[in-house]
Amino acid sequence: MIVAKRKPLAEIVEMVRPYKKVTVVGCRSCVAICLAGGEKEVKMLVSALRLRAKKDGRKQEFEGFVVERQCEKEWVKEVEEKLLDSDLTLSMACSLGAQTIGDMYPSHLTFPGLNTGMFGVPEEQGVWSEKCVGCGNCIIHTTGGICPIARCAKSMLNGPCGGSANRKCEVNLEVDCAWAAIYDRLKLQNRLDLIEPITPAKDWSTSHAGGRRTYVREDAKLTPHQKKGKEALK
Amino acid sequence: MKVGSNLEKVLESGKFTVTAEIGPPQSSNPGPLTHHAKMLKGSADAFNLTDNQTAVVRLSSIASAVIIMREGVEPVIQMTCRDRNRIALQSDLFGAAALGVKNVLCLTGDHQVFGNEKGAKNVFDFDSVVELQVFNQLRTEGRQVGGEVVKDPPKTYLGCAENPFATPYEFRVSRLAKKVAAGADFCQTQAIFDMGMFEKFMDEVVSRGLDKKIHILAGVIPMKSVGAARYMRNKVPGMIVPNEIVDRMKNAKDQKEEGIKLCIEQIEHLKTVKGVHGVHIMAVAWEEMVPRIVKEAGLMPRPTFA
Repeated sequence: MIVAKRKPLAEIVEMVRPYKKVTVVGCRSCVAICLAGGEKEVKMLVSALRLRAKKDGRKQEFEGFVVERQCEKEWVKEVEEKLLDSDLTLSMACSLGAQTIGDMYPSHLTFPGLNTGMFGVPEEQGVWSEKCVGCGNCIIHTTGGICPIARCAKSMLNGPCGGSANRKCEVNLEVDCAWAAIYDRLKLQNRLDLIEPITPAKDWSTSHAGGRRTYVREDAKLTPHQKKGKEALK
Repeated sequence: MKVGSNLEKVLESGKFTVTAEIGPPQSSNPGPLTHHAKMLKGSADAFNLTDNQTAVVRLSSIASAVIIMREGVEPVIQMTCRDRNRIALQSDLFGAAALGVKNVLCLTGDHQVFGNEKGAKNVFDFDSVVELQVFNQLRTEGRQVGGEVVKDPPKTYLGCAENPFATPYEFRVSRLAKKVAAGADFCQTQAIFDMGMFEKFMDEVVSRGLDKKIHILAGVIPMKSVGAARYMRNKVPGMIVPNEIVDRMKNAKDQKEEGIKLCIEQIEHLKTVKGVHGVHIMAVAWEEMVPRIVKEAGLMPRPTFA
């Protein structure tokens, strides 16, 4: 899932300071599961902002609610009136949600309440870790199911660097060295023969390096006829 | 002879080889480089110019190489993948070769978190193995990684580093084997303090016949003080300094003298380790000691070729 963190309260207070009426919009998807922008977090932020405005003697109104998936227009459309009735929308979704609202209502201000971090997984209650960077060409079947691009600080494709001690990453001693983990996994799977063949220069054009990506599924697109029908139903 | 650099000649002659290191200054003043080149000339067969080592911004390794070449000293430029993508790596290789640089050490590079520009965006388009493979393809086939044919490809003698003391240990000889397969001609190891562990590594290297395919230069660091020993033991990622060595430094009357003595003993021992073709002396911020160490280790004069 997409893992995000709420911005520090002081930064949010500064962002919203000039606006009288602020709508705080959360999302029930990834950011709810990673405890950054779900129902509870929206409620907490709204009360904190109200309290702060009161304390500072500012006349500001805050309202908060959540939508099902902020990155999909259909769900955003349902709350359009409430959004546009405010001076500012503070999105508590990941940047995808914030940008969906921004693209739908370009003259309306939408600010990010979260810092979007990574594609990560919950490791235990309250701990998330990055496991994919979306390079667009998955190779983990050759590395024991562990991605060295996301999990090695230097994205090394041919084994460990010379800096790891006690099988930990030199950049963060709390984090396992990706290549120690790959070695152990391949050994367990009896596939250590995969260690020595050289992985040649990676083609990064499938990643963000190739420019902004758009994926099109022709078979999933609506035909002009279907589009007309959908419009008519509205 | 692939390139005909002095380093290649000495290694190919079978003589016990000596390389050392010169750290470029953290400024645009060429003075320290010229000073060290004059002082160190003749004490080693080639000198590494580090490439923004530990991610600290320094005078570039290629420019440094040209500065020491003016003094008649042969450089080995280090080129890391941290700061350059494949366009810049290949371009800099062309440039270095055009300026007369013949030895290149391919490195992945220290992470920027250790340096003085922690907010930097790193590159790591390649790792050191791919860098070697691409540079080797350039010199042998005259073809860039993207396929473009190069009319006058850079002919460079290619080196790599390997650290027998970093985890996972089980991977270390395999990693050296990959670098050999990628085209490395010589290898400079991380500094050795745990001789037993190094010998175990070399046993495996020799049993796989890798020492016949690559020239291995064993790394040594002369220590100035017990503080340096402790620092390397406790703080430098992937270094092992046994407690006996720290204690020996601590109990010495003259720590500097003890550091030099220890380094010479290590070199004497390394001469006897099967598969070792020479030593690489990393006298970090203590370059002036190199001539004395080389001399007292019985490695002077250095061979010359007509």
